[in-house]
Amino acid sequence: MLLAFFKWCEASALGKGISGSVFLFPVVEAVHLLALAVIGGAVLIVDMRLAGLGLKKESAAAVAREAEPWLLGSLSVMLISGFMLMCSEAMRCYYNDAFWIKMYSLFGAILFTFTIRRRVAAGATAPGTSAKAILVALISVLLWSGVGLGGRGIGFY
Amino acid sequence: MLLQFIQWLETTPVSVAFHESIWSFPIVESVHVLGLCLFLGMAVLTDLRLMGIIFKRVPLSEVMGYVLPWTWAGAVIMVVSGMILFLNTPVRYYTNIFLRVKFCMLFLAVVNAWVFHSGIYRKIAKWDRSIPTPTYAKVAGAVSLLMWGGVVVAGRMIAYNWFDKR
Repeated sequence: MLLAFFKWCEASALGKGISGSVFLFPVVEAVHLLALAVIGGAVLIVDMRLAGLGLKKESAAAVAREAEPWLLGSLSVMLISGFMLMCSEAMRCYYNDAFWIKMYSLFGAILFTFTIRRRVAAGATAPGTSAKAILVALISVLLWSGVGLGGRGIGFY
Repeated sequence: MLLQFIQWLETTPVSVAFHESIWSFPIVESVHVLGLCLFLGMAVLTDLRLMGIIFKRVPLSEVMGYVLPWTWAGAVIMVVSGMILFLNTPVRYYTNIFLRVKFCMLFLAVVNAWVFHSGIYRKIAKWDRSIPTPTYAKVAGAVSLLMWGGVVVAGRMIAYNWFDKR
């Protein structure tokens, strides 16, 4: 079923349009990287606060609230541009281990961020930190790093 | 003279070994990309606060005091990993138009940050909590975002050989 979907992506107008152009892939890739800078900031500022590493006068809940629209915005750009990149070389991705490491990490990161991490951050209205908050920050950074490393790996594998 | 130095660099054992190794480049490149998240993530947050878009209730000096050490840490990672990456194919990079564009943008970004820190940031006490932020702070933030964005885009394009001479 997945294979059929990837074949369909590769044959789609979007996939063919990007892979058939010299400049489109690099342009979409550049947008993907620019959004990476924003999502990096939006994720790290909250994880660092959860781990008690800074902005201590603000609660983790306040920092998370502030970062949320930037996280959602940059994640949307990442998902859309990432889907476009995938379509342009869908079959290559399908047989690429790094791509699947990225997808599993991404699934885990999104699931974790919008369930446990969101709940823990929203509940952290007091100053300081807790063992639970530090653990959540650590898991978040590890999962998102997996997405980044897997993503960079696609090009090398 | 610079070209001669770079040609010499390419013949050094370190450069040859780095170029020949299968894993060195991907590993250092991955560090460079993860470093980007830290360094530019912090830079973007700083710039958005300068433009008065995020953390409006937090004094600018407090945001800067927190973010700057991490930005420095990220900068060290980026410069060190970037210099190692350069060893891969020094002469090709030296002649690559995108690398030159990247370095010009990098230079302008650093000058912008230096002008900001040695100038208006010294009088921060007067506008630490001002929202909207003063025009000069907005300009410094916007210029920084544009220049760093240019560094990222030009940096990514180094991989393409559209304009390579050989």
